[in-house]
Amino acid sequence: MSNKMFSKEEWGTALEGLRDSCRIFVPVKDGDFHSFVPFENGTVPDFDLKNSRLSPKSVVYPQSERMFEYNLDPDDPEANVLKEAPKEYLPQAIVGIRPCDAHAFQIVKLNFDNPEYSDPYWVRRFESTVLVGLGCNEPCSTCFCTSVGGGPFSEKGLDALLFDLGERVLAKGLTEKGDEFLENAEVGKEADESILKEAEGLGSSASDKITTDIPTDRLKEKVVNELFGASFWEDVAFACLNCGTCTYLCPTCWCFDIQDEVMGKQGDRIRNWDSCMFPLFTLEGSGHNPRSNKFQRVRQRFMHKLKYYVDKYDNGVQCSGCGRCVRYCPVNIDIRQVAELMNEYETESA
Amino acid sequence: MKNPYLPYPVRIDEIITETEDRNLKTFKFVFVNPEDEEKFSYTPGQFAELSVAGKGEIPIGIASSPTEKGFVKFTVNKVGLVTSHLHNMKEGDVMGIRGPMGNWYPWEEMEGRNVVIIGGGFAFTTLRSGIVYMLHPDNRPKFKDIIVVYGARNPGMLLYKDELAEWEKRDDMEMHITVDGTDDPDWKYNVGFVPAITEEKITSADDAVAIVCGPPIVIKLMQPVLEKLKFPPERIILSLEKCMKCGIGICGRCNLGEQYVCKDGPVFSMAQLKELPPE
Repeated sequence: MSNKMFSKEEWGTALEGLRDSCRIFVPVKDGDFHSFVPFENGTVPDFDLKNSRLSPKSVVYPQSERMFEYNLDPDDPEANVLKEAPKEYLPQAIVGIRPCDAHAFQIVKLNFDNPEYSDPYWVRRFESTVLVGLGCNEPCSTCFCTSVGGGPFSEKGLDALLFDLGERVLAKGLTEKGDEFLENAEVGKEADESILKEAEGLGSSASDKITTDIPTDRLKEKVVNELFGASFWEDVAFACLNCGTCTYLCPTCWCFDIQDEVMGKQGDRIRNWDSCMFPLFTLEGSGHNPRSNKFQRVRQRFMHKLKYYVDKYDNGVQCSGCGRCVRYCPVNIDIRQVAELMNEYETESA
Repeated sequence: MKNPYLPYPVRIDEIITETEDRNLKTFKFVFVNPEDEEKFSYTPGQFAELSVAGKGEIPIGIASSPTEKGFVKFTVNKVGLVTSHLHNMKEGDVMGIRGPMGNWYPWEEMEGRNVVIIGGGFAFTTLRSGIVYMLHPDNRPKFKDIIVVYGARNPGMLLYKDELAEWEKRDDMEMHITVDGTDDPDWKYNVGFVPAITEEKITSADDAVAIVCGPPIVIKLMQPVLEKLKFPPERIILSLEKCMKCGIGICGRCNLGEQYVCKDGPVFSMAQLKELPPE
């Protein structure tokens, strides 16, 4: 695997040039926050970020996506027959994605690409995406990636990893896809020993800055129905507004809805992100709703991430520790505390 | 890459109004592309998404049996947007079906055993599929006694009346049709709720598997009856319903704990359900 180093200026030039090889998404400052946008003429990438407010999951899994189109014109012999919406899966890259957000793609891949069914939209777009990570020199106070199998310089799920070393940038290729991407950079030099050493030091000092340690080791051994029936759920959910911000920002939330939309005689079948925080998510035609109470929906979110996923896939928790839900929850519900409650839970009768 | 969200186009071949309130209709579909029929190879107990362009999709149990060739049948209750639209569609109209989905009744486990089928209301659809399947000459020898208890609110609300009358006449199965109540003086079958009639007619759980489908109240009231008859939870089979979208365990809404009703179900044994969160 190749390692390249650049001066900051060279890195800027390299990135400009890389736009010819594929569509690149970069972080830009947008008001008080950062977001990932396509790198076009006039776009000013800003790699001096904590993390983007929205995770870049939409680059692979758009918030709204046309699946099929159809014609309702009774004179059309093909009327009412669904056709694949035309799509191109052109090569693309997310440059500057944080390691937690790259790890998140690995977590959700088990859902979208399982032994029985592959979701063609997610899988094909994921396969055409190169993930070029940016290690976190200064993790946030809400970060807990190190508790859930990641780290500020974790290579998990990344194709390449960038180290911001002040004046210089080190780009480490981690997969063939990542190497190929970096090879297209016209400037930069082969990395030398000294910069590799410097990068290593940076990685370990960043890890040391994350002091939160969320216990998840006992979740697997808990009996699902005991956790489900635990008395703390009403308390956990007490302040929740069911606003859905947590699920919307979360890089590992994958639930979606499918809806038809019609304009005149043309129609589309569309899928949209959905959220288990909303009562409509499970409302049945009969009027019955298995999760009509707020606490049931809050319980579902945490149980899914911290218990059902753990049991189903044996791949840790469905959380990459990005901390967005903690930072942006309007009523300060904290998944770190809930994980602890669940992990430490003993049946009341025992 | 195969797209599991793409429905097969089908043509409505026949529409039968099943009940006197006209709220339940059976739709017989024929595949527009004959080769799709083979791809849609199913087992009784499975369901499919009925897809109406411009309206959406609904998960409905398959009411036909794989032993019936050339078509697939679904009985649909008029409830919401898609089903209301469907009820206004006409023979010859084109729509879609996507599937088959989910698991099925445990046919292998039921072979060589007595089968007790208990249905309440319009949940009788996949049970009809199972009965037709078992009564097929190739399959009938595989099962011992077949006993059916089926009830509806009143005689006019029973589904598949012609077939019920036929089954009633057969000597290789036992039929117990019941209604909650009726003012028909000529009603020749039972009057009473399904759990009560079951308790009266079924005498033994020996070497028997019970399949129960019905509204939540029937399922709830059946439990003590079947326990009293000494059906072990492993041999009480239920089919569940949930709000569904993808039907293939990806969209995330129909879970019971880690299981998705659409993919890991809809058929569960009482023993399995006891291990899952009671949602």
